[in-house]
Amino acid sequence: MTSTDKQRLIIIGNGMVGHHLVEQLVERDATTRYDITVFGEERHLAYDRVHLSEYFAGRDAQSLALSTSDYYAENDIALRLDEAVTAIDRDNSEIVTPLGRYPYDQLVLATGSYPFVPPIQGGDRPNCLVYRTLDDLDAIREAGRNANTGVVVGGGLLGLEAANALKGLDLDTAVVEFAPRLMPMQVDSEGGELLREKIEALGVQALTDRATQRIEDGEASYHRMVFQDDKVLETDLIVFSAGIRPRDELARDCALEMGERGGVVIDDHCLTSDPAILAVGEVALWNDSIFGLVGPGYQMAKAAADTLTNGSERFQGADMSTKLKLLGVDVGAIGDAHGDRTPGARMYRYLDEIKQEYRKLVVSSDGKKLVGAMLVGDNSYYDTLMQYYSNGLELPDDPASLILPSSEGAPTLGPDALPDTATICSCHNVTKGAVCDTLDAGATDLGAVKAETKASTGCGGCAALLKSVVDHELEARGVEVDQSICEHFAYTRQELYSIVQVEGIKTFSELLEKHGQGLGCDICKPAVASILASCFNEPITDAAHVPLQDTNDTFMANMQKNGTYSVVPRVPGGEITPDKLIVLGEVAKKYQLYTKITGGQRVDLFGAQLHDLPDIWQALIDAGFETGHAYGKATRTVKSCVGNTWCRYGVQDSVGMSQQIEHRYKGLRSPHKLKFAVSGCTRECAEAQSKDVGVIATEHGWNLYVCGNGGMRPRHAELFATDLDDETLFKYIDRFLMFYIRTADRLQRTSVWRENLEGGLDYLKEVIIEDSLGIAEELEQQMQTVIDTYECEWANALSDPEKLKRFRSFVNDERPDPDIIMTSERGQLRPA
Amino acid sequence: MTTATALKTETDTMTWQTICSKADLVAFSGVAAWLDTSDGPAQVALFYLPGHDQELYAVDHHDPFSRANVIARGIVGDLKGQPVVASPIYKQHFRLEDGQCLEDESVQLRTWKVSFKGDEVCIEV
Repeated sequence: MTSTDKQRLIIIGNGMVGHHLVEQLVERDATTRYDITVFGEERHLAYDRVHLSEYFAGRDAQSLALSTSDYYAENDIALRLDEAVTAIDRDNSEIVTPLGRYPYDQLVLATGSYPFVPPIQGGDRPNCLVYRTLDDLDAIREAGRNANTGVVVGGGLLGLEAANALKGLDLDTAVVEFAPRLMPMQVDSEGGELLREKIEALGVQALTDRATQRIEDGEASYHRMVFQDDKVLETDLIVFSAGIRPRDELARDCALEMGERGGVVIDDHCLTSDPAILAVGEVALWNDSIFGLVGPGYQMAKAAADTLTNGSERFQGADMSTKLKLLGVDVGAIGDAHGDRTPGARMYRYLDEIKQEYRKLVVSSDGKKLVGAMLVGDNSYYDTLMQYYSNGLELPDDPASLILPSSEGAPTLGPDALPDTATICSCHNVTKGAVCDTLDAGATDLGAVKAETKASTGCGGCAALLKSVVDHELEARGVEVDQSICEHFAYTRQELYSIVQVEGIKTFSELLEKHGQGLGCDICKPAVASILASCFNEPITDAAHVPLQDTNDTFMANMQKNGTYSVVPRVPGGEITPDKLIVLGEVAKKYQLYTKITGGQRVDLFGAQLHDLPDIWQALIDAGFETGHAYGKATRTVKSCVGNTWCRYGVQDSVGMSQQIEHRYKGLRSPHKLKFAVSGCTRECAEAQSKDVGVIATEHGWNLYVCGNGGMRPRHAELFATDLDDETLFKYIDRFLMFYIRTADRLQRTSVWRENLEGGLDYLKEVIIEDSLGIAEELEQQMQTVIDTYECEWANALSDPEKLKRFRSFVNDERPDPDIIMTSERGQLRPA
Repeated sequence: MTTATALKTETDTMTWQTICSKADLVAFSGVAAWLDTSDGPAQVALFYLPGHDQELYAVDHHDPFSRANVIARGIVGDLKGQPVVASPIYKQHFRLEDGQCLEDESVQLRTWKVSFKGDEVCIEV
């Protein structure tokens, strides 16, 4: 039943922008004045098209969905999915679908765009597909089943996304681009070349300057693509991703004003030439431009919602700056990145062909303002540059410092330096002032600010910046930020550490009884277990400690995705005798384990079933192995090169030193894993500068590096002290590690800990080398306790039948788990 | 009348199956066991919280997210006072009381009635 005083609002299209419009209308209570009906051509509710390629990496339609049908129902919005609108009858103010006619008072076109397929002879053959919707992806997946190779036509943003999707299907993938470089809109020729190298290194072939003339039957593959110079490329599957075109046929058929090359013309209020009809998103043409990014689409949705509710917001164009990760490669473009729209613009460029990074600044003719920037290879520079650009901040005296490697000390722009007008989140257009307003109105944490302003809920690229602004502003307001580790303890990890140490509390239950509440959880239990181990080093398999451990520590092995475990015995310094290697091989053969050499110079044995772990370890221990703690937040390995015993360049015995270090710190538990390396000369073959603790031999002793990291966010270790003798080296490492263990957050690597350490490296040197806090001796003693109490955890468990009971797959039957199914690949077993 | 008969029949078919002894359990943690049900053998995760209002829980050992049989190897705790286990693979929380996943309302583990009969652990099937 439609109440008579309400107007009928119809929205055609339920994509990202169409859905955003609905949210904006709900926020403005528009449902009190409109009966809203939304038509979607697809059977799916609005989903996140930006992250579509993750569909092949395990995300399903549900997790990509932006909303639920409940949301629509709760807000009294009729949602008609799988019902395409076929015509707009402006004379009668009705829209037409195959199921009927629906009257409207106000109509919004949010029909989006469709993928452009270039007019190529043979482009309509089977297995020539497009990349836009979930159904397209299903079709690509289906076609991919019988394919070995895939080609994407189009090397722009969407083309590379599509290539990522094909790679996700394990196809040999190539990208064919008409222009002389990849991503011609975002990068210049130097950036494009670097991008090509990086993408080819990831196994995706990049062919530029190629115009496809025709597609015909292939010989070795299903298709053969013939290019302008008669060169050919064979492939089983072709995906066109050569740009988008507005879905404007409804508007064209009902004679709304159109752009010459398509698109429905709108004004600042998102109104078309018919005041009863609005348009938003990629179908809309504003100031002769189509905006093919979600951010501007959201801004149009906001303006349209305001127009429909007599608000004042207008759409006044949008910034097309983008920060992307395509095939794992960072690409960023800000403002006038090519410098061709700014008269007199001048440029700074930084190119590192070794690390494959390229950065360019475009500055105004007077050198004072940033008008554009381009990044390939490392987007960590983006946020700061974006702030200079979008807020028109005056550049520092030496603008080049903004794109030089950060170890050169690039000045980062702290949250304090930003004006209130600074845009923090460009997707939702949230300024620093708006963030401050929500804090003044009573928001007390990041979650509340996000819920209130929606900042950082679009592409998420501003998450780090938003957090630093919120933290900074909260601190400025004297709000104590709740740093409790979880709901069971109103303390930080550091506070819990002090409590345990000062009160000598040796069990979780005692700590919980005296200082906490409830049963504990999977956050506080392992954190406390780690603290107890760092302080007292009792076996983690003791009855009081075993329920606290993550499964890896509980079973002293690394759980894999099918519930089996991998086993890594310690190989100190990566040095191993042939006899021990043979034992590893024999054990792997006997228990049918997949073997792989690790990055830490050890051997990982995969696929062990729970009940086999004790027998496997008995055999390893009999052969002289010890546990490797690969399962723990603990000392892992000390990698080394062969050093001066073999190498003609070596200046010290790096293997000997690495073994001394490994034996000294083995079994040490800490907030996160600890990796070490020792190199025998400055050639640095052991890659010590990427470790938590790195040692590099000099003519006179050892140089000590700290707080490096590989992994997701690599960080170079910093030189901490030079030309140390053995004794001083151990002393400094003892103090350094214990200070980190005392003061770090849970699961915080030394690199992040160091970055958050007030006072930085100089402060760390004062504490460790000059003993400015007067705790050096205490730190050393504490380390000595851990060293003196070391015992191989597996040897301990094997000597205790009660502990071994824990390793039964089932307590009432010796059947193995029938659901663990293996298949053979490259001569070894792996999970099916 | 009909209802009463149906109820009676159901009660008749429920039986207590002995699974293991108290000594097989691990305090404040889980173990896995086989259970024979009318639908065939099932893998059950048994959790033991000595000294609490309800000391024993039995839920599916199968983790619907990773599709591996690993739930018994998760960490037990409580969230807002409700006893839960965290999957050891992707860390979702399941309420021990009814198997409900707290991160995804569409996912629920099966649960069984379980109790001590003397030193034996028995499940009703």
